[in-house]
Amino acid sequence: MTDATNNTPKAKTSLLTVSPRVKKRNAQEARFKAYGIAAVATGLVFLVILLSTILYNGVGAFQQTFITVPIYLDEAKLDKNGNRDIEEIKKVSTFGYTPLIQDAIFAAIEEKAPGSEITSAKDTKALISASAAAQIRDVVIANPDMIGKSVEFRILAASRVDGYLKGRVTRDSIARDKNIDAKHLDVVDTLRSKGIVKREFNMAFITGADASESRPEQAGIGVSMLGSLFMMLVVLVLSLPIGVAASIYLEEFAPQNKWTDLIEVNISNLAAVPSIVFGILGLAVFIQFAGLPQSAPLVGGLVLTLMTLPTIIISTRASLKSVPPSIRDAALGLGASKMQSVFHHVLPLAMPGILTGTIIGLAQALGETAPLLLIGMVGYIASNYPSGPISGFMDPNSAMPAQIYEWAKRADPAYYERAWGGIIILLVFLITMNIIAIILRRRFERRW
Amino acid sequence: MSFVKLTASTLAIAAVTATAAAARDNVQVAGSSTVLPYASIVAEAFGENFDFPTPVVESGGSSAGLKRFCEGVGENTIDVANASRKIKDKEIAACAEAGVTDIIEVRIGYDGIVFASQINGPAFNAFEPADWYNALAAEKPVDGAMVANTAATWADANAELPAVEIAAFIPGTKHGTREVFEEKVLLQGCEDTGALAAILEINGGDEKAAEKTCMAVRTDGKSVDIDGDYTETLARIDSNTNGVGVFGLAFYENNTDKLKVATMSGVAPSTETIAAGDYPVSRPLFFYVKKAHIGVIPGLKEYAEFFVSDEIAGTDGPLSAYGLVSDPELAATQAVVANEEAM
Repeated sequence: MTDATNNTPKAKTSLLTVSPRVKKRNAQEARFKAYGIAAVATGLVFLVILLSTILYNGVGAFQQTFITVPIYLDEAKLDKNGNRDIEEIKKVSTFGYTPLIQDAIFAAIEEKAPGSEITSAKDTKALISASAAAQIRDVVIANPDMIGKSVEFRILAASRVDGYLKGRVTRDSIARDKNIDAKHLDVVDTLRSKGIVKREFNMAFITGADASESRPEQAGIGVSMLGSLFMMLVVLVLSLPIGVAASIYLEEFAPQNKWTDLIEVNISNLAAVPSIVFGILGLAVFIQFAGLPQSAPLVGGLVLTLMTLPTIIISTRASLKSVPPSIRDAALGLGASKMQSVFHHVLPLAMPGILTGTIIGLAQALGETAPLLLIGMVGYIASNYPSGPISGFMDPNSAMPAQIYEWAKRADPAYYERAWGGIIILLVFLITMNIIAIILRRRFERRW
Repeated sequence: MSFVKLTASTLAIAAVTATAAAARDNVQVAGSSTVLPYASIVAEAFGENFDFPTPVVESGGSSAGLKRFCEGVGENTIDVANASRKIKDKEIAACAEAGVTDIIEVRIGYDGIVFASQINGPAFNAFEPADWYNALAAEKPVDGAMVANTAATWADANAELPAVEIAAFIPGTKHGTREVFEEKVLLQGCEDTGALAAILEINGGDEKAAEKTCMAVRTDGKSVDIDGDYTETLARIDSNTNGVGVFGLAFYENNTDKLKVATMSGVAPSTETIAAGDYPVSRPLFFYVKKAHIGVIPGLKEYAEFFVSDEIAGTDGPLSAYGLVSDPELAATQAVVANEEAM
């Protein structure tokens, strides 16, 4: 029998010596592994480049240059009649405070950096942020008894000075800049060595409001963070119940026919629709047809809900599917109704998966910019904190990614740094959400 | 159960929200993206100095802003429209149709348009409108017939310019800046070179068509329309040594470390030359106030008055520091706002 099948004589093979064919196969495997490692390494290299670029460009935004000087709050200028009437004090605008600050800085320069080329108080304008006057006015209005005294303030330095300390502005780059001269930088060097000008951590970047283009040093991402928060609330309360209800019905109750097939196919299609499409839809339906206010987080949240729903439905259905049929059968066998078996047994077991899917959908929505462009959340200066939940949903606001886009567009290079800083904050949020999703999955998900 | 509660409370909030959209206490502004930085500087200072809330400033373009402005009178319409051009008759008519009849026109100052190139790039130091016409026109009249523009380098347009390939980055057609560029540079150049006269001869005296031909920009890739904003133009110039771009004066002044500016007709752009009327490529900036809203929306008149006050829009004010060219007739504008003189 063996002779019949083995007509052509073959070279003897041994298990101990590697035949050319095995060698070839082994080599193939080694090559494939090498390709795989190369692919992973390429991905990692890009990730490292991306993260280091973001950190390198953005870390500066978390620090800001401050000037600490005692400012003499001149009674003759702030309260001419000397009666400390709050209404009269309020009449002095920020333009009345600017000379006081300039005098204070000039005095500090004369004392600590004698012989500088700055010869008049007005010449110190280039060093101080325009926000300082408002800061001091607010303090004075809150404490009118400070008038007539010399009070130490920590005020923001101008963005050019800040840029100089961070290396963004150099002596070469300001050669033709009309906002600041080399003599100002000389003074900054001296004042820095005396501890008057300092670079410190800037909490206002995280909690503050956006500022106008003339004072990037004051701008913060806090208000648009609230905008994003209100949007995410809308997304959560709308897409979670709708998404879960739809998936439970489709998965557990719906009959299998061509209608449910059609719906299923279309849900998968919706998940692949580019987000800008939802933006146009939102503009047409929510703003132009329903008359909801433009730039409102409510509208942003509605649009992002549309975008997130398919993601949530798909992940919910997957986690419902992964609950073994034996659980359902056991419940039904013990006399539970269909509804009881779903809500008492299947849904709790699928919950970790549903939550994971929801968090990932929310994270995706949080970073989404394209639909927001169309509903007017860019080109808007987010300078007012919402005054309550209603104003939070209805009043115009920006969102974090829209704010980053807005900053990247502005003329002053100082805003560019803040855009990178905003990216860091956004990434921290996204990474946190993804970590929560992973933890939920690891700790609570049961495998069968 | 808490889930049900959550849903119920959300629905309640939504219901309250829907009913409570009335009674607005802040000024709402929309319009030109060129005016946006100035308006936001004013809004910020206004919020700091008055007890009124900070006005809400949105951009979207002059036309879009005026369209929203003309939607009607009432708390759910905007109070002020910013524009980088004068309101058109068509828009005034549309406004009137919607019941917006008394409009106060406020000119805040002038904006210069500059021509800049990479700081270490070829020596683009002096331009004439004729150079731009010669370089960018789609068709030029040659011996009694219209011929497609063949200029490949700037030296072909004017022998004194560097012999490098033409790569011009000009604002796209949706920008108000484009209109100014076409009228004050291309059309002017067309006249200066005598091309306008030649075109009139060819087409038999149709002035409108001739002007249109003058302002048509070549589409063979030598001139690139930038639909985004100046940051995009800057990025293009950063990556192309030979690029020349069109910018606003304020943008250039914030980026002097990357850009060098060329003179136009022998005049260097600066707030002084524009205010004196020497620099040829500039335009007035406006905002429009709905008179019917004064007294209804708190702070509206104060905002308008504050905007044109000497402290803000004067030569030493923050707007001028940012790049706005102060209006020499500011006092007249202040009077218009104070007296609420409608157009």
